[in-house]
This record gives sequence, structure tokens and C-alpha cells, in this order.
Amino acid sequence: MGKATVWALFVILFFLHQDFWWWEDSNLIFGFMPIGLAYHAAFSIACACLGFLAIRYAWPHDLEKFADDHD
Amino acid sequence: MTTLIVIVGYLCLLLALGFFSNKLFRGTSKDYFVASHSIGPFLLLMSVFGTTMTAFALVGSTGKSFERGIGTYGLMASISGLVHAAIFFLIGIRLWAFGKKHGFITQIQFFRARFESDSIGYLLFPILVLLIIPYLLIGIIGAGKTIEPVTAGAFPALFTNPTAPQWLGGVPPWLTGLVVSLVVLSYVFMGGSRGAAFANTFQTIVFMIMGLVAFVFIINALGGVNNTGKVPARINDKGLVVQDYQFDKQKAQLTTNVPPKPVGRVVDFEDPSLSDQQPHFWREPVKVEFKKKNPKTGELIPFERELGIPFITFVTYLFIPLSVGMFPHLFQHWLTARSAKSFRLTVIAHPLCIMIVWVPCVLVGAWASGVLPPGIPPPAVLSAMLTLLVGDPVLIGLLTAGVLAAIMSSLDSQFLCLGTIFTNDIVIHRAGEKNYSDKQIIFIARCFIVVIVALTYGLAMLAKNANVFDLAIWCFSGFSALFPVIFAALYWKRTSKQGAVASIIAALLTWLYYFHQSGYGGEYMVGPGIVPAAICFVVAALVLIVVSLFTDPPSEETLTKFFPEKSEL
Repeated sequence: MGKATVWALFVILFFLHQDFWWWEDSNLIFGFMPIGLAYHAAFSIACACLGFLAIRYAWPHDLEKFADDHD
Repeated sequence: MTTLIVIVGYLCLLLALGFFSNKLFRGTSKDYFVASHSIGPFLLLMSVFGTTMTAFALVGSTGKSFERGIGTYGLMASISGLVHAAIFFLIGIRLWAFGKKHGFITQIQFFRARFESDSIGYLLFPILVLLIIPYLLIGIIGAGKTIEPVTAGAFPALFTNPTAPQWLGGVPPWLTGLVVSLVVLSYVFMGGSRGAAFANTFQTIVFMIMGLVAFVFIINALGGVNNTGKVPARINDKGLVVQDYQFDKQKAQLTTNVPPKPVGRVVDFEDPSLSDQQPHFWREPVKVEFKKKNPKTGELIPFERELGIPFITFVTYLFIPLSVGMFPHLFQHWLTARSAKSFRLTVIAHPLCIMIVWVPCVLVGAWASGVLPPGIPPPAVLSAMLTLLVGDPVLIGLLTAGVLAAIMSSLDSQFLCLGTIFTNDIVIHRAGEKNYSDKQIIFIARCFIVVIVALTYGLAMLAKNANVFDLAIWCFSGFSALFPVIFAALYWKRTSKQGAVASIIAALLTWLYYFHQSGYGGEYMVGPGIVPAAICFVVAALVLIVVSLFTDPPSEETLTKFFPEKSEL
């Protein structure tokens, strides 16, 4: 996995955010959580996973060294 | 009265924390402004998250969900999880690196160096102050709206002119605003950015824990988790919006309304598919007419509210979280980081922290539609739910302290940031650093912070009835419109000084135009529901590109400084 994959996942997540397919759905999951809200809560977890992948595979090591070298 | 004692106790604890952080203060201006670049991953996460989550997150999101339903979460929270984390990664780390290498303390110093221009600093300074003031106002307004309902009845002989009749004797917003301002002022005054980081961490932990505790108590009061789904207001087969339940304070339990209590009606009700729907649990827009009581005359006044969210509004809201890239107070927090690695925890955990805070607030706001009168001011919904559903005054005090914690953890950074940019970008920049000792620099920053606190407090009293969520959106919109400048400064070599200046002016003018159209802070959409931030952003970006292409590029020296070769990196 490289930077391009991380960027591709970012774009996919952006489109997944526009969940027009749940717009008129007020069904509950787990008996209390409206499906539109549950979906977006899961989306937040997906964002955290993407952050993890970005750090693992697209971390700016060079930039870090560049700043630390000039203390 | 017990509730008030708990809240005052919390504020005293914060003051003690201010004294403690003052002991750790190293006495240098660098320590006062950016904590000597010594903040580690956990403190950075807590201070960045605490700063971005203000009254807007707790009070505003609950109120907005009460008005428009669960779409509030996708509108601001989940998209922020994606966009904020990307900005921390793409912009935060890069600015931290340049800041550390070239000794920048403020955003304006970066822009002056990147665009080889003094004037860009003088242009940006008043704009940043103008935009951050609404952000400060929502904190003070939000605090006032929160405390008055939960302290209702504490001083009936002293406070006789409440915002709403049922809050007679509650601590009035002017007094809450004054106390909150003074508490924040004192610990920022003493500890600077290190004090703010400690206070933010403490307060972020407090508001996250208290938010979850409040959530559990509210669920229990509403009859358990499986019953909460039945609580929100419902549209019946005649197009009336009804409340099926009410909360009996004597029995401390939810009781069924027989028959269901009508509180509003769907305007032009024709669609039978709306029947039996709970409009706060979906996002399809529905226009409803409610009634609210005039607090002075007791007369019922009809008002219309659109529940749900138009899809185009939802999509264009993505421009709002871009504001984080241009928040000067966040820039300052980024520069406090010990190393780039300090950002890692923030990038991963920020979306999760947003979820932990926003999901409960949005649910509480939607549930509130079933038990509170629809005319209640949206910023007061959270505290009204606490007062109604959580009986124990000590617990209410602790929960309210949690709300204040969220508010103050943003105010401190914003006050400090304004003091920092005034001192460094105006005073020292004009007179030269050598003309002031470190002590004098800190003194000037502190004096400006006092002035800004006083000014903000005065303005908050004038705008005391503003909607916290909408006012915050206006602040964010302005910063979003400036986002093209910071992004281009970091990633597009061709961005010229003239392009940046033209873009800033275009952003300001479009923002001012729409702000005026909104009646200075109300909810306002363009055409079919496009948020003004989207238009301001597009205009500013286009102007930046066009003007940059038609003017001279930056010098080679500047390009080498800000776009070093891979081998140099």
C-alpha cells in the first residue's frame, strides 16, 4: 500500500459520506440508533482507520527530519 | 443552590490549575506563546480536540438536532472527522515543520515570509480578529444559556428578570459570562500556552466523561435504551406533530400522553408517507409550524421550522470544516508540538473523539423533540434536558461543569492566540524584537488579552440571543474561505503575493455580503440550499489562481525556503 492508495481511500470515503440512500429511512438499529446516525458513526471509525493507514503508509518522514535537523 | 456550589467548585479547581501551570511557566515569551515546542501526543490531542469542540459541539449540536434531527451529525461531525484529520496531516505537520525550522510563532509570520510581504500581515490581522470574535461570542453566550436553566430557583429575590419565566432566580447570562471570562482570563494570563494546554486536557477529559455520564442518565430517565427510540416527536395521520410522552418529575419517570399531545402541524400536509414518521430520525426536509409562548405576554406565537436537511446543503457543508486549516489558535497549538510524531495520535483519535461527543448530543437533541416544548431556545435544550431528566443537583452541577469545560477549553486558546498575534505581528513586528525584553513582550500579550476578553464580553451581551450553532457556522465559513490561501501557500509554488492578497480580499467581501444577507448571524442558504461557505471558497480559490497566474511568481530564495528539494528534506 502506498500514498496513492491512501488518497484513493480518502476520495472513496468522501463519496461514501453523501449517503442519500438512507435519507428517508428512520429505522432503528440496536433498537435505539437511527440508521442514518449509525452509518455516520461507523463513518467516523472508518476515518480513524484511514488516519492509521495514512500514518503507516504515507507518513512524511523527510519533513520530520527536515524540521528536527535544524533545531 | 447545590448545583451552583458544584459549578463554582469546578471553576475554583480550574483557577488552581492555572496557579499550578504558572509554576511550570519558564518565563520566556517562547514558552508563553508555544510552550517551547514541548507538548507531547496526548496533550496535543486533548488541546487540539478541546479547542475545536466548543459550545458549538455540546450546546450547539444538541440544539441543532432538536431543530433539524440526526442529520446534524453528518452535517458537521462525521465530515469533520475526515477533513480535520486530513488537514492535521497535510497542513498541520507541514506548518509545524516550517514553524520549527524558521522560528514562526504565528500564522501571519508564516504568510509574511512565504509571500515576501509585510502588508499581507496588516491585511490578515483585522480579518482574523473579526472572524474569531463570533467564535468567542458563542462560548460566552453558550455558557450563559447553559447555567440559567440549571440554577433556576436558586436566587428568586435577586434575579427577577429571567430569559424564560420558568428560569426565575437562575444565574443570569451576564453574570455567567463575566465569571467564565474572568476564570479563563486568569489561567491564560498566568500560564500562557502551557497553561492552556494543561487546562484544555483537564477540561476535555471532564467534558467527555461528563457527557457520557449525562447520556447514561438521560437514557435511564427515558425508560431505558430500547424505549428512547419511541420518544421523539411523531407526525400523525392528520399531519399533526405530536408528543407521545411526557416526563413526570414527581414520579421521575416517562409517562404516556393519552391522547398524544399536539405541538405543531406539517405545513401543506399532503404526503401520506409522512404519517407515523419521526422527522428527527431521518433527513428528508419537512416544514412544520410550531407555537411558542411570548415570555412577557403569555401569548402563543406561531413560527415555522424546517426539520431535516436538504441534500444540497448536506453536500456543500463539507466546505465548513476546511476552516480548521486557517484557525490561528489551532496553528499555535500545532506549533506547541514536541515533534511531528506528536501529531499521530491526533490524526487517528480526533474522529473517534468527535464521535464520542457528538453522537450522544445529537441523540439527546432528537429525543428532546418528544419531551420539551418546541419553542425552547435551541442553545438551552441540553441544560433543559439535564434539568428535566436528571434530578440530582450534584450530578446536574457536575454535568453542567462538563459543558462549561467544553466552552472554556476553546475560549482560552482563542484569547491566547489573539494576544500572541497582536504582540508578535503588530507590536514587535513594527518596533523590532530587540526593543522589548521577554518580560515586556509577555506583558503586552497579557494586556491585549485583557482588552479582547472585555470586548468579547461586551459584544456577547449585545448578541445574547444569537443561535450558537449558526453563529459558529458563520465564523467557520469565513475561515473556510481563507483556506485556499494556506493550501496554495504550502503546495503551489506559483502562488504569488498578489494572488494571496486578492484571494483574502475576495474571501472577505463574499463572506461580508452573505453575513449581511443573513441578518448578521442567522441561518442562511443560497438558492436550493447551498451554504455560503461553498461560494466564498470557490470565489477565493478562483481569484487566487487567476491573479497568481497573471502576476510575478515568488523569488527563487523564497521558493527554496518553502519548497526544499527532496534531497534537502
